[in-house]
Amino acid sequence: MLDRMRSSPGVQKLMGLALGFFFGFLLQKGAVCNYEVIMDQLLLRDFTVIKVIFTAIATGMVGVYAMRAAGLVSLHKKPGSVGASIPGPLIFGLGFGLLGYCPGTAVGAIGHGALDALVGGLVGITLGAGLYAVAFPWLDRHVLNVGDFGDRTLIDVLGPRYPWAVIVAAVTVIIAGLGMLEYIGY
Amino acid sequence: MDVIVRILTAAEWSPYAVGVGIGVLSWLAFLLSDHPLGVSTAFAKTAGMIERGVRGPQVTQRPYYQKISLDIDWKWMLIVGLLLGAFVAAWLGGTIRWEWVPAMWESRFGSGLGARLAVALAGGVCVGFGARWGRGCTSGHGISGALQLVLGSWLAALCFFLGGIITAFALYGGV
Repeated sequence: MLDRMRSSPGVQKLMGLALGFFFGFLLQKGAVCNYEVIMDQLLLRDFTVIKVIFTAIATGMVGVYAMRAAGLVSLHKKPGSVGASIPGPLIFGLGFGLLGYCPGTAVGAIGHGALDALVGGLVGITLGAGLYAVAFPWLDRHVLNVGDFGDRTLIDVLGPRYPWAVIVAAVTVIIAGLGMLEYIGY
Repeated sequence: MDVIVRILTAAEWSPYAVGVGIGVLSWLAFLLSDHPLGVSTAFAKTAGMIERGVRGPQVTQRPYYQKISLDIDWKWMLIVGLLLGAFVAAWLGGTIRWEWVPAMWESRFGSGLGARLAVALAGGVCVGFGARWGRGCTSGHGISGALQLVLGSWLAALCFFLGGIITAFALYGGV
């Protein structure tokens, strides 16, 4: 049943549409598609973005690893390297601050009428992604594989035999961190 | 019934409720679609499809487009859904406001449309280029990769925010 659903391109397009709908709905209701909310996060004055992301991480982690233990899902880990995981994301960060939206929230911002997210954001991100396709062969040869460290997880590093100890610890740290933020007045 | 209407028409929800919702959504993405939530690949597909439309089918030969395949698939439809969902949420909450220049930008840099759009466009190019270089964006690494505890994703997400914080302070610092 799951396999048939996952391998049907038609069903999956609908599924993408439906999941995307709820994703956009939630991002909008969380106010994290607002330029001001994102910039205030980057200026460390408002922690709404961090609260949303870390709550999603903690919730997602428990469910995904539980389903994996039950044999229902497989993980999808992207490999990392010094050449890929640092310079690219720093350039992304520069753009994040200039644009005031990330790719998902730029699309979400269009939903409440932010035209800078449409003309600057959507066009710019697409253009940037297209330029990357041109640069890819060179980067792939010279940069992306420098300092490759694969798709190792915190579980692999801390305790491959006790995955749930690592997961519980990670969730505990996240909840404690969020509680601390609330406590100090954010 | 009243409660449901009130929730749906609220302008804003608790960030924790939203975070739990996105977490549950990521369960569904893994379970029903065998995919992690991620947004930026779809932009690269779109760029490739536009370039193919303009320059012809040889564009498909670019190694990067071979890698990600230029088609309308789950990832692409996720963006269409995201736009629709964000619109419906704003419409229900009464928060739709057509706006070229964000108020915060205006109070710092003035209401000039050209300046805001130029900076937004430059920022967008960096976001698109950097997301693909880093193999993911705030969703793909910051949520999906981070929830799988992948070290490379945590590193990438840290760099997203590090770069963003430096840029934001350069723009607005001391205000």
